[in-house]
Amino acid sequence: MQRYSIFSLIKNAFGGHKDWEVAWKDSEPKKEYDVVIIGAGGHGLATAYYLAKEHKITNIAVLEKGWLGGGSVGRNTSILRSNYMFDPNGFFYEHGMKMWENLSQELNYNVMYSPRGIINLAHSDAQLNVFYRRGNSMRLNGIDAVMLGRDELKKMIPFADFSESARFPIFGGLMQPRGGTARHDAVAWGYARQINSMGVDIIQHCEVTGFDVQNGKIQGVQTSKGNIKTKKVGLCVAGNTSLLAEKLNMKLPIESHVLQACVSEPVKPFLDHVVTFGAGHFYCSQSDKGEMVMGGDLDGYNSYAQRGNLPTLQHVLTEGVAMFPNLSRLKMLRTWGGIMDMSMDGSPIIDKTHIDGVYLNCGWCYGGFKATPVSGWTFAHTIAKDEVHELSSKYRLNRFNTGHLIDEKGLGTKTWIG
Amino acid sequence: MLEIKCPHCGSRSQNEFSYGGDSSVKRPELGKEVTDKDWDDFIYFRKNPRGKHSELWHHVAGCRQWFKVLRDTSTHEIFKTAKLTEEL
Repeated sequence: MQRYSIFSLIKNAFGGHKDWEVAWKDSEPKKEYDVVIIGAGGHGLATAYYLAKEHKITNIAVLEKGWLGGGSVGRNTSILRSNYMFDPNGFFYEHGMKMWENLSQELNYNVMYSPRGIINLAHSDAQLNVFYRRGNSMRLNGIDAVMLGRDELKKMIPFADFSESARFPIFGGLMQPRGGTARHDAVAWGYARQINSMGVDIIQHCEVTGFDVQNGKIQGVQTSKGNIKTKKVGLCVAGNTSLLAEKLNMKLPIESHVLQACVSEPVKPFLDHVVTFGAGHFYCSQSDKGEMVMGGDLDGYNSYAQRGNLPTLQHVLTEGVAMFPNLSRLKMLRTWGGIMDMSMDGSPIIDKTHIDGVYLNCGWCYGGFKATPVSGWTFAHTIAKDEVHELSSKYRLNRFNTGHLIDEKGLGTKTWIG
Repeated sequence: MLEIKCPHCGSRSQNEFSYGGDSSVKRPELGKEVTDKDWDDFIYFRKNPRGKHSELWHHVAGCRQWFKVLRDTSTHEIFKTAKLTEEL
């Protein structure tokens, strides 16, 4: 593999940039693999990477029914954070934050990691108290958290509505300074380039149509490009998990919902941080190109459509204008939707299944992007060792039977009710 | 914008409605022995199909009645709506 560096950039500049190697190649499926990963999104590619790097398993196929990075990894609002109150979430996502810090170097690919800080605004004394509690829990778990007063916020986000007439006045905020953003497509491409160089096959436009299970053990998968033998299969298909699980006679605690996001026309530097509105569900940041990247509520009904409806977008942007009144002057550039695998307690599932050799990675709700490295890292361990990793040991499927839910927000799939 | 035909009021925009989830889920019968698994299935586990889905909606900013809707989860097309007491 050709390494990317300042020297390779200069060298290729003289050659008119005509001699760059292809970053990763499309493959046709072989007859048999040690591991088949379904889904060439962030989590699937990261899983293949850590299987190859940490566990020295390189005879892997990553199957993708569409194109690489065309699902949720290319549709999210690219926010990174670990500002959770509950221990299992705090430890898991904080490990992920530490992986993000070195990911560009690790992958030799610029993922444009930007720890610009994420600020949750509070609009009442009660909400501020809740934020103090969460901030303290974070600090006890070794995660950075800072409480901000109104005056500090005025300096940091001067365009927010600090007027006397604000419908939801800003009382203060909770900030995780190490939170931020990363370029989501680069994450998929960077992992793809690395695994391809280690011998992993990336097979696009290859849909899994069935599973070959004998005596409770997986023998292979049936795909639109023929049958593939394997002893281990990892599911990393986010919103489509229930459809594949049905083929394995599994019913999951998941509903698929559409979540919309949008970007405005590009403008000059306007917002230095990721900011979330506390009196509703709206969050925004400014991309390096200058676009305002915004998102909020689910549309609120089961959907596999990857597109939503205008009433929800209008509702979300109304909250945005309440927070930053001058957003109302911006024109919208693009809107799109992605499918969220909403689990019933709002936390993910990384586990083995009742079928030997079938492993499950799902239920990321709308927080999957930030977990990409740590999800791949723990899931690779689960697949390679056939045991659950300590970090993800609370994310088991049977918690919905034992009652050990991790209901960070207590909202489940119907987040619009909370 | 979804246009939903409330069986009591007629066609209205989706702004007037709120979603209640899969209508095929049945609460275990009262007064009978219920296994933990039956409760878990009722509370947490869903079919979550791609395609036709029978679901509950609430005309929350209208007549405030709950009713059933048969809708496609991949195209959002609505085939049929019915009162709670009727079959879809």
